[in-house]
Amino acid sequence: MKEKFKLTLCDGPSCIHNQSKEIRAALEAELSQHGLADQVSIHLSGCLGMCKQGPILIVNPGFTMYGKVEVADIPNIVKSHLVEGSPVAEKVIREDHLYNRFFRIFGDVDFFGKQMRITLRNCGIIDPENIDDYLSVRGYEALAKVLTDMKPEDVVAEVKKAGLRGRGGAGFPTGLKWEFTANQESDEKYVICNADEGDPGAFMDRSAIEGDPHTVLEGIIIGGYAIGASKGIVYIRAEYPLAIERLEKAIAAAKEHGFLGDNILGSDFSFDIEIRLGAGAFVCGEETALIHSIEGSRGMPRPRPPYPSVSGLFGKPTLINNVESWANIPVIVLDGGDWFSTIGTETSKGTKVFALAGMVHNTGLVEVPMGTTLREIVYDIGGGIPNDKAFKAIQTGGPSGGCLPAEYLDTEIDYESLAKAGSIMGSGGMIVIDEDACMVGLAKFFIEFTQDESCGKCTPCREGTKRMLEILTRITEGKGKEGDIEKLERLGHMIKNASLCGLGQSAPNPVLSTIKNFREEYEEHIRDKKCSAGQCSALLSYVVNDNCVGCGACKRICPVNAVEGTRKEKHVIDQDKCIRCGQCYDVCKFDAITKA
Amino acid sequence: MADKITIFINDKEYQVDAGQTIMQAADKLGFHIPRLCYHPKLSIEGSCRVCIVEVEGARNYVASCSFPVSDGMKIHTNSQGVRKARRDIIELILDNHPLDCHTCERDGNCELQRLAASVGIRARHFEGEKKCYDKDLSSDAVIRDPNKCILCGRCVRMCSEVQEVHNLTQAHRGFSTVVMPAYNMPMDNSVCTNCGQCINVCPTAAFLEKNYTQELFEKLNDPDIIKVAQFAPSVRAAIGEAFGLAPGRNMEGELVAALRKLGFDYVFDTQFAADLTIMEEGSEFLERVQNGGKLPMITSCSSAWMKCVEQFYPDLLDNISTCKSPMSMQSALTKSYFAQKLGVDPEKILSVAVMCCTAKKYEAARPELEVDGLRSTDIVITTREAAWMIKSAGIDLLNITPEEPDHPLGESSGAGAIFGTTGGVMEAAIRTAYELYTGETLVDIEVEAIRGLKGIKEGKIVMDGQEIRVAVAHGLGNTNQLMETIRKEPDKYHFVEIMGCPGGCVGGGGQPYAQANTIPLDEEALQQRAQALYDLDRGKTIRRSHDNPDVQKLYKEFLQSPLSPVSHKYLHTHYQAKTPKGIVPKETKTGV
Amino acid sequence: MTQIAQDKLQELYDFIEDVKQKDYTESYLIAVLHKVQELFGYLPQDVMDDVAERMGIPTAHIWGVATFYHYFNLKPVGKHMVSVCMGTACYVKGADKVLETLKKELGVAVGETTEDKLFTLQEARCLGACGLAPVIMIDDKMYGELDGKGTIDVINQYRKAAK
Repeated sequence: MKEKFKLTLCDGPSCIHNQSKEIRAALEAELSQHGLADQVSIHLSGCLGMCKQGPILIVNPGFTMYGKVEVADIPNIVKSHLVEGSPVAEKVIREDHLYNRFFRIFGDVDFFGKQMRITLRNCGIIDPENIDDYLSVRGYEALAKVLTDMKPEDVVAEVKKAGLRGRGGAGFPTGLKWEFTANQESDEKYVICNADEGDPGAFMDRSAIEGDPHTVLEGIIIGGYAIGASKGIVYIRAEYPLAIERLEKAIAAAKEHGFLGDNILGSDFSFDIEIRLGAGAFVCGEETALIHSIEGSRGMPRPRPPYPSVSGLFGKPTLINNVESWANIPVIVLDGGDWFSTIGTETSKGTKVFALAGMVHNTGLVEVPMGTTLREIVYDIGGGIPNDKAFKAIQTGGPSGGCLPAEYLDTEIDYESLAKAGSIMGSGGMIVIDEDACMVGLAKFFIEFTQDESCGKCTPCREGTKRMLEILTRITEGKGKEGDIEKLERLGHMIKNASLCGLGQSAPNPVLSTIKNFREEYEEHIRDKKCSAGQCSALLSYVVNDNCVGCGACKRICPVNAVEGTRKEKHVIDQDKCIRCGQCYDVCKFDAITKA
Repeated sequence: MADKITIFINDKEYQVDAGQTIMQAADKLGFHIPRLCYHPKLSIEGSCRVCIVEVEGARNYVASCSFPVSDGMKIHTNSQGVRKARRDIIELILDNHPLDCHTCERDGNCELQRLAASVGIRARHFEGEKKCYDKDLSSDAVIRDPNKCILCGRCVRMCSEVQEVHNLTQAHRGFSTVVMPAYNMPMDNSVCTNCGQCINVCPTAAFLEKNYTQELFEKLNDPDIIKVAQFAPSVRAAIGEAFGLAPGRNMEGELVAALRKLGFDYVFDTQFAADLTIMEEGSEFLERVQNGGKLPMITSCSSAWMKCVEQFYPDLLDNISTCKSPMSMQSALTKSYFAQKLGVDPEKILSVAVMCCTAKKYEAARPELEVDGLRSTDIVITTREAAWMIKSAGIDLLNITPEEPDHPLGESSGAGAIFGTTGGVMEAAIRTAYELYTGETLVDIEVEAIRGLKGIKEGKIVMDGQEIRVAVAHGLGNTNQLMETIRKEPDKYHFVEIMGCPGGCVGGGGQPYAQANTIPLDEEALQQRAQALYDLDRGKTIRRSHDNPDVQKLYKEFLQSPLSPVSHKYLHTHYQAKTPKGIVPKETKTGV
Repeated sequence: MTQIAQDKLQELYDFIEDVKQKDYTESYLIAVLHKVQELFGYLPQDVMDDVAERMGIPTAHIWGVATFYHYFNLKPVGKHMVSVCMGTACYVKGADKVLETLKKELGVAVGETTEDKLFTLQEARCLGACGLAPVIMIDDKMYGELDGKGTIDVINQYRKAAK
């Protein structure tokens, strides 16, 4: 019987958490009950990026997108939509209508409206575990094209023409990197896909691999052909079991179909891909550290030159790009570098995926053309700040990046503009910060991260970040001294200028950018021993106000018995006993505790 | 011939060879860029960042130890920005350092101290938490103090790249990084061979020899014991450096006089025992050749090598000569032959060895080297400790009147002198073995093929028509390679000399620290120390061990003949396979 | 040695033998250590000695690698690994409070195992579920949008199941 409906269930981690597996089981049961089992097919997709709305179920034809689906909704959806033909309106995700040339399929959802999906073009659309699905969206056509119509140097030329720049952080022109490596004479060369995504708050590589592993593989194979390598390695975080599993399946399927292995598609080109697992070290995102890790050593960077393109893995010329860069390659080959270079700004071409998180309505992955403004991302795509709070800053580039205040909201995103503003593109973490955040605390959070992840090899990063953390800690504890800001700046500039690798060179950015843009907050902490945002617990006091009805909730939860008072009468907090844990504040239902 | 390129250093134009680093080019032009983790014999680490310079057009400062020069490059080694950054980097190192300089053994010859002085740190800005770890005092020879460690990594590279012992690693990471043996195993239970090369390259006091100077001073002041010293060949070739002399001055006479002034009743020369070693080892070799014994025979003078072979090459133990090291022979005779001559109870004798070596401290404690139930070497001090004692006692080594060692264990031939450098034992052995074997005197006694600092040297000599193939290796890394060859081709050589330290004993782990702006274990310095010994050899009328009249007398009066039962009792030993925790450079267990 | 321990060792030895057939064998050290941890839950020293001997890699090098990567446990761990995501999104949404709650509830510091050997508490880098922040992961299962009480509820589920 002809298939009537095609259902797609998001299989991203958030949706799995919210019982997408159980929903699938319920769907199958319900369909067979209605005798629809052979007329409706169920597909799994990678993360759609709309984690806030998950689990998500898409019904085709009709592109109806259901959000926050629960097991209990299934009978109704099956009966009403699939049997009777009328969608269950209250479960459909609807926002302002916006025409989207690329993602018509996602319908009328604002979240996708301003997006342009190249890297993530298949994520959420195809079943990542089914190579036929990938083939149906022109999968491996680019590989066939390069193997039949293009010489390796043509491929390099096409990538150069596209103007693609490294999506892992620094934005080095990808084509040039390919050319350097291609020009090396060597008996063996290597191609590496850097999937050691480690920025806190960034998960685009994981989603790209989980949602569309074949695109990444195809990019890597093409890269191997272009530079004359016969071996590719995907270095991926061990913390990503699902991505690893999908990648393994995809490699096996690609081998079965002759896209990997000896004499690919009947050509002279042979290529193999192997997966290597990381083991929890952020610094391994740095290319020379990553190489050491693949070689089975401590993941510590080494001075460059020589660059990996000359002497990389096992001393051989090595081409390293990150997941997102690789995922762009098949599109560039198929649609041409000329087309690709029409997207974006003067210096930065194509799109960029960001992991939008923090104090914003719609959190998740967004892919936008370079040149989109921060405002568009925060307000049009992200839906603005929840709870009527004011926007305070946006943090881009993770622990290597900076915090930009409201005056930068109209910055058109590209590598140069973000750097000029005092941040970086980085791998694409984007955290929206509202008025409740303390910028000193945030800077401390990032330094804590880089300090913890410092490999310990070079002095500035190993010792310097530790001292910066100590200074920031004392500032947030009300023990800051005059001159501390200057010390932070002095250390920060030295660490930036003198560290061995990119991790150290960018580690001070969150501190330096918050000092630049929010200096008064630092001064307030140091001089007035005050944290206006109310985040630095050592600088806070909790006081019971007149809203108190004497319910006793605060008294019961206080771990140090600092709350006193008789039932149904106003309570009092003993400031000497109080350890400022904030539990009374959280538990009070009457807004009767003031944080000051 | 390398291409010439133009570079600018501090706005001055220079023509330099292409293909070198900024530091190399600057060194030749007389700009000494401060440095810490750099060592020419070790791989480039680029970690301390002390050697940063500013290169116009570069985004960041670059490490001059690793960054290559290019045509037209404009380099600033001393701009205000670089000076400030370098100052702050060194302060950051100090901030995580105990700063107990005046109670530290390296006070006065610490590279960190010198660096701090050279960049002018006069105020501290960033003090905070300091590392706090236990000292590892478990070993008799090498002690480890992680609190003094500044993580330059030179010891780790020395231990793995040059010595290939692989005992040390950096463990953990970031601010918590610590240099340690596997599992933080105590040094005495680790694969450490006690070679002491980590001490030689350590810029601070993170590695030190176990110091016995206080104990020795105490004993020297005891009127009831007879204090006997011996000193190794290479001590005389290096101790002058601790007093500011250039490498290569032979201080034999001054050292003898100074040791007497320190309170020693008798000062003997380990070179005497070196001659004796040749008699025994040469005879042992000839016996193996003539009676189909295990070949190649491998020398056993180097204490670090002895521990190395016991733990890594137990399958080759039968190849090792049973001769004790010269130090242990000398001590054994001191407490037997010499005690008898004096007519005193050997227990009344304090036998002290001044050695270029830290591993000798470990060797001295080996129970199998006891003679008649007595430890034969009571105390071993290094060249460095001896220099300190001499200074501490207020003895002016440089202006002292030279004196001669005592008889009957002080006379030596030129062959005994060259024991202190790589190839010397073999050369000395050839001089004697040739004569013992053929009955003729070898005329051309300087064997050039086995001199110099090449890692593995080969030579051959024809004795009565039989070709004897010899090989010499110095440094345990080179030794590893040679042992692999021997495992694969057991017939390739007949006689092999091994010295555990690079350059042989002249490069021993107990030798004086490098002076300001010089490099630890600099090859040129090693060669000059060796040259002092070769000059000493040439200056002697007796250049063959068997011609040493005191040696001849000793055999007549006490030992009877080489390899006699008496000789065996006092001069030979045995070995035992060891399996400490934390095995293993390559394939070590294959032979077991 | 128990049969189970022997079987595990055999599985490890087979894995190492496979690896030794490949080029650049020593580069598979991290893969081998992953295998050790998969089998034993942590990296026991005598097993690392075995790895050193069979792969011909100095023990000190293995120790350096094992201590460098946070993923490797050097001590035995509890039945359940409780990982608190300390990614930026979770931080902004109160991950530190969740962590404090867990420390108190379990009575251990980060990296330690509870007395009953049921839980090991650790901090995790971004788990990639920022939409659910703050999240914790217990073994392979994720729990999101947690507050103090919610966190304790989750822990109690596991405690109940253990009884």
